[in-house]
Amino acid sequence: MNGPQDLGGQMGFGPVAPEKDEPYFHAAWERRALGVTLTAGAMGAWNIDESRHARESLHPADYYASSYYQIWIKALEILLKRHGFVTQRDLAAGEAIDPAAAPKRVLKAENVPGVLAKGGPCDRPVATAARFKAGDPVRTKNFNPTGHTRLPRYARGKRGVIEAVRDGFVFPDSNAHGHGENPQWVYTVVFEGSEIWGEGADPALSVSIDAWESYLEPA
Amino acid sequence: MSHDHDHDNELDPFAARVRALETILTQKGLIDPAAIDVIVDTYETKIGPRNGARVVAKAWSDPAYADWLKRDATAAIESLSYSGRQGEHMQAVFNTEDTHNLVVCTLCSCYPWSVLGLPPVWYKAPPYRSRAVIDPRGVLEEFGLTLPADKKIRVWDSTAELRYLVVPMRPEGTEGWSEERLAELVSRDAMIGTGLARQPA
Repeated sequence: MNGPQDLGGQMGFGPVAPEKDEPYFHAAWERRALGVTLTAGAMGAWNIDESRHARESLHPADYYASSYYQIWIKALEILLKRHGFVTQRDLAAGEAIDPAAAPKRVLKAENVPGVLAKGGPCDRPVATAARFKAGDPVRTKNFNPTGHTRLPRYARGKRGVIEAVRDGFVFPDSNAHGHGENPQWVYTVVFEGSEIWGEGADPALSVSIDAWESYLEPA
Repeated sequence: MSHDHDHDNELDPFAARVRALETILTQKGLIDPAAIDVIVDTYETKIGPRNGARVVAKAWSDPAYADWLKRDATAAIESLSYSGRQGEHMQAVFNTEDTHNLVVCTLCSCYPWSVLGLPPVWYKAPPYRSRAVIDPRGVLEEFGLTLPADKKIRVWDSTAELRYLVVPMRPEGTEGWSEERLAELVSRDAMIGTGLARQPA
């Protein structure tokens, strides 16, 4: 979706302002926000693509006014309600009022190290051979889906070159909506800065994205 | 920890909101608050940019390891036991005399947690995410890094599940240094591409 998350090339946000010796957390609640988000995700009711889509579906004014941990928590409340774990009455009361759906699993403290070490690999076998090979010229599709996609707007309808064939990966555009993993080949596609930004582009700039096969056409 | 909570709860409505959510989920038996403590401790004290710095230092010291890192970063990093969440599929990109590499996630906050830990706020915020792909030179200036105009810049937008680690160039004057000593020169920003390796003092 052409949502607030799709930031590449947007203007007006000001300087980056890196913070010297930045701490990992800027308030105690951010520690709990990280942990609540990860432990709730560990119930297994939604996948990473659905959670990303919940975040980018926040109203743009809300998204831009929120820190990233605030975005996580606001999206987490939506996911918990959608999957029947929490109700608006619970949230309004600040305590459990309504019964909850049964989780697939609950992450216990003793299992955290193993779960974090294992992660959540997203590579999957793909039944068909890769359509492109390194060096192939390609053009990204021009589309504007209302659902989740990982092809940023700035890289749509652009000519680039396949730099590397990566692996088969879960397709976020379907997985985010509960329509299955439908794995596809993923490629690193590199574009000249001038192809993306046109007039005035930095002549020494190139930008790459990692693109699922269905985002690409031969050029 | 509980004192911090009470303190924040009185002052900050968002702290109260997070605490309410944790309370509800705990009361319903959906989460284990002790698991949150372990997660926080892991990312505050165990997993951070020192991991990535060790990878870079080894690559500087050991050409065979550097070659492996180039070909199969996931396996090469796993051999140092730095694999895991948000580092399942790694790619290492090497700075050269010609090309400087810079990593961004324009669409969210994808970042190689297993080697760099949790991302800094600026990495997740709109100024960096919007400008890294269109004005990387201007962004680097804000980090105090001015590159020659003819130095090529390659920006890697982390749009899929590959996570990128920049291997900065090894500073001159470090011949014969141990990996431990070399690792001290490798900052987090150097491994994102918003900095270079520190010069030896």
